[in-house]
Amino acid sequence: MSGATRLRPPRNWLDQRVMAWWRAQVGVLTAVVVVPLLILGLLIAPARAWFLIPAAVLAVIGLLGLLLLPPWWFRIHRWEVTDLAVYTRGGVLWQVWRVAPMSRIQTVDTVRGPLQRAFGLSTVTVTTASSAGAVKIEGLDHEQAAELAEELTRITHNTPGDAT
Amino acid sequence: MNRPDPADSASGPAAASTAGPATDEDGWLALHRDTVKVTGVWVFVLALGGAVPTTYGIGSGTSYGVALAWVVPAVVLVVAAAVIADYVRWRHSRFRVTPTRMELHKGMVFTTKRSLARERIRTVDLSADPVQRVFGLVKVSIGTGEQVEAGGAGQSPQTLVLDSVARGEGEWLRALLLDRAPVAADGTESGVRVLARWDPVWLRFAPLSFWTFALAGVAVGGLFQVLNWFGRESLPVDVTRDVVEEIGATQTLLLFAGVFVLVGVVATLAFSLEAWWAYRLEREPGGTLRVRRGLLTTRSVSIEEQRVRGVEIVEPLGVRSAGAARVDVVTTGLRADPKSEASTLLPAAPMTVAASVAAAVAGIRPGGRLRRHPATARTRRLRWALAADAVLAAVVAWLAVASPVRDFWAIVLTVLAAGCAVALVVLAGDAYGSLGHDLDGDFLVARKGSVRRATVYLQRQGIIGWRVSQSVFQRRAGLMTLTATTAAGARRYSVIDADEHEVLEFGAEAVPGLLDPFLVHERPIVDHPEQAAFREP
Repeated sequence: MSGATRLRPPRNWLDQRVMAWWRAQVGVLTAVVVVPLLILGLLIAPARAWFLIPAAVLAVIGLLGLLLLPPWWFRIHRWEVTDLAVYTRGGVLWQVWRVAPMSRIQTVDTVRGPLQRAFGLSTVTVTTASSAGAVKIEGLDHEQAAELAEELTRITHNTPGDAT
Repeated sequence: MNRPDPADSASGPAAASTAGPATDEDGWLALHRDTVKVTGVWVFVLALGGAVPTTYGIGSGTSYGVALAWVVPAVVLVVAAAVIADYVRWRHSRFRVTPTRMELHKGMVFTTKRSLARERIRTVDLSADPVQRVFGLVKVSIGTGEQVEAGGAGQSPQTLVLDSVARGEGEWLRALLLDRAPVAADGTESGVRVLARWDPVWLRFAPLSFWTFALAGVAVGGLFQVLNWFGRESLPVDVTRDVVEEIGATQTLLLFAGVFVLVGVVATLAFSLEAWWAYRLEREPGGTLRVRRGLLTTRSVSIEEQRVRGVEIVEPLGVRSAGAARVDVVTTGLRADPKSEASTLLPAAPMTVAASVAAAVAGIRPGGRLRRHPATARTRRLRWALAADAVLAAVVAWLAVASPVRDFWAIVLTVLAAGCAVALVVLAGDAYGSLGHDLDGDFLVARKGSVRRATVYLQRQGIIGWRVSQSVFQRRAGLMTLTATTAAGARRYSVIDADEHEVLEFGAEAVPGLLDPFLVHERPIVDHPEQAAFREP
């Protein structure tokens, strides 16, 4: 072969607000661990250091993650829809590319979690007849997500296929 | 094998109705009335299993007369309750086959009405446990084989179980619902081609699995449990001490190991004999594969050939070392659990038999050479093995330092650990040797695994998506994993640790037009293609 064959990144980025959503998630996760440690540390005087030091360490790690990770994730998470397929890239240490052909798509769902709703975001999930074949695009502007779902439904209706 | 049954000749509801179930004007049928007797017998046997030790327990404390006075009424009560409950269930269960649907209504207080569209029915499986066989009954499981993952929790509404009907009625339902010519219970129908038949010498492969140790372990556990019930927990320790004094520690260890293995071998032989006795794989006219087997409990599994997406040739380490293999079918419509025996087309049998079954079912010739994977894949596996070895060595060293183990056991432990360490490295090399992928006509072929080596032949048309993944370590080694998603079998089949460039071209070739639009062919000069790509909009 003349050169190396690679997967190109999908063309579209997620909505910018997804970084704020990720930050909120990391923040909540950190708080869930740190706050109980803090409370215990304040209540149980003899073992105070044993609670407050880990709490401080974890809080710093959480804060660093909150600042540094989302921009990194944002560069990796991409998506693309063509007339023939849905194509996404995700994962960080374990990168994952997924391709689902239009002719095999069974359902197109949009889901908005409470936290996502606060940031005006939606998740579009495309499922095929394989339980291992679902493709998710997490973190689109919710209007854009609704349009995308509509477009996907239209394309899949016009694409002949038996889904299995 | 099959018990002669008056209902065998039944070929329709009218004939079946004379054998027990009554039809009313709407075509509703009842389950067979002997179902209640079957339940009674089973509950009686189970109650007896509990009653004997209880009688012994109470009787050794007081007298056996007192014990029986308690136990007998209890058994009678339990059996009576079960029989009445089952009678109520039987009384309120009815089913019918209409031109378009198969319906089952059951329950007295909470009625369940289940209805399957006949055109969607894909499986009609029959099974009969020993008691059911004595009464000439079968349990019929009817399924559409549709996925319920999307539907959510709870029992699958896509399956309908008739427990139980007369054998002849079961066969009639199978033929009717699968739209096949009716086949007599003894399978003498013309047009049925037998693809494989059980050979008792295949039993020799049964003990070559980890089940030998697992079942022996279960047996030992059971022994301790029973001794515990009778208050004799110290017995094994006493016996062991006596034996050690008699013949010495090393000999005792070898003796016990020998007995352990022997128990496991007998158990796996017994299980295999029960499961695969009278095994037969048939192709029926109309495109159905049918597996029939079983010594005590007879089972019949039907697979619609139209839904077969390939086969998987499974060679667990022990079986492979004896030159044998098992064949599983990759199909939509069977239960989602690929580990369940329902998908087994052929039990462990000589490779030539496995190859002929694979050829007959999928039209492939197993055993061809596959494309090898890069040497870095071997390095990865060796690295994992050495890491595990390091942990093992650390544990042994820690034990030696931390606990005052007696010399004898220290030696045994060290020898075992050293054996494991060597085995891990050998397995790593073997796992690399297993890796391979290729295209074979209409099939994608992927092979992997050492302890469980499996070669999947997946129909390229059955591939309904790709998942490509690469971990940080894989990226450094230039490797990539390509997973084909499918509606059949395990739902995903992977080519693991292949060359990161070659495997993409392979995927593009396997399913034309799916992966290609997302591939780029680059000059190898580009140092960081990711960064180059980022400059695109």
